[in-house]
Amino acid sequence: MPRIFAYVSHKDGVPDDVASELLAAARKIDPAASPTAILIGAGPELDSACSQLTASCAEVWRIAGESFAYPNAELVRKALARVLPPGSILLVAHDHFGIDLSPGLSVKTNSSFVSDVLGIEGLEGNDLRLIRQEFGGQVSARVRCDVSSGAVISIRPGAFPPQTNPPANGIVVDKSSDLGPLTAGRRYLRTIVAEAGDVDITRQPVLVSVGRGIQEKDNLAIAQELADAMGAVLSCSRPVVDANWLDKSRQVGSSGKTVKPKVYLACGISGSFQHLAGIKGNPFMIAINKNPKAPIFQVADVGIVADLLEFLPELTTRIRELRCAVR
Amino acid sequence: MEILVCAKRVPDTSENEIQLNSAGNDIERDELVYSINEPDNYAVEEALQIRDRIGGNVTVVTVGGEDDEEILRREMAMGANQAALLTDDAFTGSDGRGIAAILSAFVQRGHYDLILTGVQAEDGAAQVGGMLAAMLDYPFASLVNSVEVLDGGKLKVSREIEGGNTELNEIDLPCVLSVQTGINEPRYVGMKGIRQVASVPIPTLSSSDLGIDQNSVGHSAAKVRRVDYFVPALGKGAEILQGSHEEIAGKLIELMKAKGGLN
Amino acid sequence: MLVEGFQSPAQVDYWLVQGRVLFSIVALAGTGCFFYLLARRAAPLFRAAPDPRLDRLHLRLLKVLKFGLGQWKQPRYFFAGFLHIVIFAGFLILSVRSLSLVTLGISDHFVLPGLSGPLGAGYNVVKDYAATLVFLAAIIAALRRLAFKPARYAVPAKYGKAHTSEAVLILALIATLMISESLFEASEAALRAQTARVLPVFSLPWLLRTPLLSLPSSWLSNLHFGAYLAHDLTFFVFLCFLPLGKHFHVVTSLFNVCFTRLDRGILKPVRWGIPERQIDQVQSFGVKTFEDFTWKHILDFYSCADCGRCSDNCPANAVGRPLSPRFLTLKARDYAFRHYPLVGRSGNGAALIGNLYSPDEIWSCTTCGACEAECPLLVEYIDKIVDLRRGMIDDGNVPQSLQKPLKALESRGNPYGKLEKKRVDWLKAAEFRQTCEVKTLDHSSAARTLYFVDSATAYDDRLQSIARATARILKHVGEDFGVLGAAEKDSGHEARRFGEEFLFMALRDQNVEAIQASGVGRIVTADPHAYNALKHDYSGIPPVEHISQVVAAEVRAARIAFNPVKNSSDVYTYHDPCYLGRHNQVYDDPRDVLDSIPGLKRVEMARSRDRSFCCGGGGLMLFYEPKEDQRMGVKRVQMAAEAGANVIVTACPFCMTNIEDAIKVAGLEGKMTAIDLAELVDKQIAKEDSQVA
Repeated sequence: MPRIFAYVSHKDGVPDDVASELLAAARKIDPAASPTAILIGAGPELDSACSQLTASCAEVWRIAGESFAYPNAELVRKALARVLPPGSILLVAHDHFGIDLSPGLSVKTNSSFVSDVLGIEGLEGNDLRLIRQEFGGQVSARVRCDVSSGAVISIRPGAFPPQTNPPANGIVVDKSSDLGPLTAGRRYLRTIVAEAGDVDITRQPVLVSVGRGIQEKDNLAIAQELADAMGAVLSCSRPVVDANWLDKSRQVGSSGKTVKPKVYLACGISGSFQHLAGIKGNPFMIAINKNPKAPIFQVADVGIVADLLEFLPELTTRIRELRCAVR
Repeated sequence: MEILVCAKRVPDTSENEIQLNSAGNDIERDELVYSINEPDNYAVEEALQIRDRIGGNVTVVTVGGEDDEEILRREMAMGANQAALLTDDAFTGSDGRGIAAILSAFVQRGHYDLILTGVQAEDGAAQVGGMLAAMLDYPFASLVNSVEVLDGGKLKVSREIEGGNTELNEIDLPCVLSVQTGINEPRYVGMKGIRQVASVPIPTLSSSDLGIDQNSVGHSAAKVRRVDYFVPALGKGAEILQGSHEEIAGKLIELMKAKGGLN
Repeated sequence: MLVEGFQSPAQVDYWLVQGRVLFSIVALAGTGCFFYLLARRAAPLFRAAPDPRLDRLHLRLLKVLKFGLGQWKQPRYFFAGFLHIVIFAGFLILSVRSLSLVTLGISDHFVLPGLSGPLGAGYNVVKDYAATLVFLAAIIAALRRLAFKPARYAVPAKYGKAHTSEAVLILALIATLMISESLFEASEAALRAQTARVLPVFSLPWLLRTPLLSLPSSWLSNLHFGAYLAHDLTFFVFLCFLPLGKHFHVVTSLFNVCFTRLDRGILKPVRWGIPERQIDQVQSFGVKTFEDFTWKHILDFYSCADCGRCSDNCPANAVGRPLSPRFLTLKARDYAFRHYPLVGRSGNGAALIGNLYSPDEIWSCTTCGACEAECPLLVEYIDKIVDLRRGMIDDGNVPQSLQKPLKALESRGNPYGKLEKKRVDWLKAAEFRQTCEVKTLDHSSAARTLYFVDSATAYDDRLQSIARATARILKHVGEDFGVLGAAEKDSGHEARRFGEEFLFMALRDQNVEAIQASGVGRIVTADPHAYNALKHDYSGIPPVEHISQVVAAEVRAARIAFNPVKNSSDVYTYHDPCYLGRHNQVYDDPRDVLDSIPGLKRVEMARSRDRSFCCGGGGLMLFYEPKEDQRMGVKRVQMAAEAGANVIVTACPFCMTNIEDAIKVAGLEGKMTAIDLAELVDKQIAKEDSQVA
């Protein structure tokens, strides 16, 4: 059985949520596995993140260095290539960092590579059976990966529900000195944070989208409140932009943005082809429209025939109640 | 600047037309229209804009067969100076690593300051660019949404990261970048331009031209193989939720939680 | 005529120079200057692209008679038109007088041949009244400009300062000409008293004579010769002023009308003189620099009278898009003035797009033709817009919003990018199929008539009902028809008008091949854009009719009967689609059909027929994202409401899309509905077995 590692990103001393998903995925590969988490960074934030993971991992590898203060995929790749034992399987999240890091890493460790995995069927000998999507999510594919010389696998965030893990009481192993001097042909400069008005809806996993059914600009507040309660972002169809109620950057459609959310709430949107053309990846779509014949109901997964001006506030209230109860 | 763009010809999936074939082992390809992978088109446009600003040469290359030539022609109609088709029966069935190895052999025959690819193709793998960079030992940056040429053989690139934020990096040439859609506005390729390049000869290179060991590429060498395609069972049309608003809201919340809609 | 003791301007000494000499110099200098100016203005025409405008001279002369001399379009704006007709007619009449006046300063005895005797006397009466009316008209026109400032003359800030001073100057010059000529006559009449000719009552000279009678002869003499000097100088100043601005139209208008495009429905080819099969020879397509325009287009720029009627009717202008046809022309004219100056060398051709015109300005046009329908000088616009677009397409300067549908047209034969086989989904609908089986024409199936559906009607869910209605109508009237099915491609109408000539040709050739192979003898369509394309852009195919024409013929032959409308309180209005109405003059057939439906109350909108207001455009225009203050469709729906209607009937799928959208945006949902003519006819057809008494 190859040894399984999980590369975990962290911020402000807290490991990324996706860590538990990576561990769940690891157990799909090998139910008996005791995956090792690898964290790379600097300072007390790194230490804090490492120690938090000892609750769920038997072993946590810590690689510290000033040059790792900001995760530079070029440097991280070189570091991992040096510390990973040959033939191991490394799991990493398929996010902007994973996309940067993993393909090159597989070449440097001479191992196989499969990205954006959303299902694992199991390991048969040296064949790891995985499930991916292709064509923007229109079809799923079963993939066989030869792991005899190891593998780098990137996991789609949200695809593997985290399981409750048995408490591990893990240890932190420091691997910082196993590295030699590292240089990279790429240097991090700085991060530009998007302004509040510049929300990029194309990168949002959950969208509350409004159409003409919102009727007036003032009613947008109803939808915004729902979005806030859900932790989602507001988007819209073209008529709302035409009426200058929302900025063009919020428009979903063939003449607006293409979005790939996991969940899409279409409120008061009829479902014209121009709008639907902007939604890719087959999200879970909920349509709320007072017209039972609206074309959106052909495409949505779940439909609610109601006036959104009446229904949305009720939904918002219930979600807020739920959150209060949880907290 | 010598710029190479690695492109791929893929089915046009602007409409939800991908269906499984009757045998269930592949998608139905009969009525598909193929075109250049959209992110690769953005990459070519970026290359052309850099060339138009500071001078140089843009080459477009693809690994494939006769059918794939059409995208090379289209990009030449768009303005690329040269194109090359890397073709050999031995290449068939290569996985991402194999493709990267073939491209790497091509790169080493020439001298390129900058290599661009699209961030991902129809299979969503987003791998060839990063693998190519590692094989060549060039620095790499993915999800690039802006490129600025600096003095001294360097570029300033920004990457699209989560939350709509942008990460600014400095990267040394030669390097490989994978380019995100929206980095620019690709120029229109009119039918007139396409007609004009219709008979321009495009050089082809085989495994021997590239000096590639046939055992290292192709189906037999592939470590990752697709077994089949399938479509997970989906309901037809929306399931209309019934009941009072309160009941519906409750059901909806449960569904959204399960699908990751409530954070 | 010389009278004893009465001198003529030619004889008199003006300070030190004898009149004859002075006025010979003035005439020579003035005429010389004028012809010099004409030559300078003509320069760009020789560098411009070719344009064959000398064919069918008899037809061209008829145009000159109707639109030039007949001022046919002027009354469309009644008050201004009336004033202009007065001034124009007056000028024509007074041209004879002007000629004789000029020569009078050089030769005492000169009388124009034929104008001695009673004819001359009669002419003198006519010309005096003409001068009076012209004078009055000029004063009223100037007052109108200065005090009432009609909206269409306004110059938006981005285009510079107002043109009022130029207009008022010319009117002042005209008034001066009239006054000075009348003073010349009046002072002579006063001087010569009984021997003078009788001035016609209430004419300007007659009015001026009375106060002059009390003046001493020496004053009158000086006034007489002063008036002549004033007139002569003003005449040549006026003449030389003409080529300097909008009044160049005084010189060029009749030529502009003479050389107008006789085949308005047909777009100009990429280059005149190069047949389609040699089109690959043309290196650069379209208009990119000023000299790429044809000489006639440049003549158009010179001939613009700055009347603003085009922009006043332009729907793009009305909704705040960057396009104003008037300024498209004036900017080009001013460019010509700058780059081909009166003195000095001409400048090099700079790119028009980005400097003179913005891309959005040119993409904003829906090619509705309202500007061309309105222009009294028959200035052409659509060919220029299409040529400018061809240039932008050639340079790859195409907005992203248009690139997708253009690419889809190329790869899939429809702008939506949908599968070819889905083009017949509309006729496969189960419910429909049971009542109406529509055959697809192929090697196993033939018919007399082809129903050409075109992309919008075939693919758009809402518009498919128009196709079904049309099919049912054809079936009801016993037509043996079929469709091309998946072999039908987009007509290419908009592809062509957006400048993608090659794409249009590819689509056209595929359609022509399919149509010819089907062996049909007649084509029917419910899409005016397809109708226009098949009629004007295609050749070698059978004649095409619009469904409204088919139904109208059936109505006239009493072969179709309609049930009365259900809701008798509904008020209907018909919206003329641009490509059925204005471009093809099919105005009455749809109205006749509507009027034959019992109980249908119909009103006309203020803007109807060739003044119809574009709904927003069709085909590729549906994908373009213009910068506008309002949608054209919304304005149109408001017009319908103002006319008192609550149902808009239209006969075009694009009008349907735009108007239905607009009803929602305008907040009139529930108060206004839209229905296609075919849908309405289909709904109201009285079938024998279900006839409602």
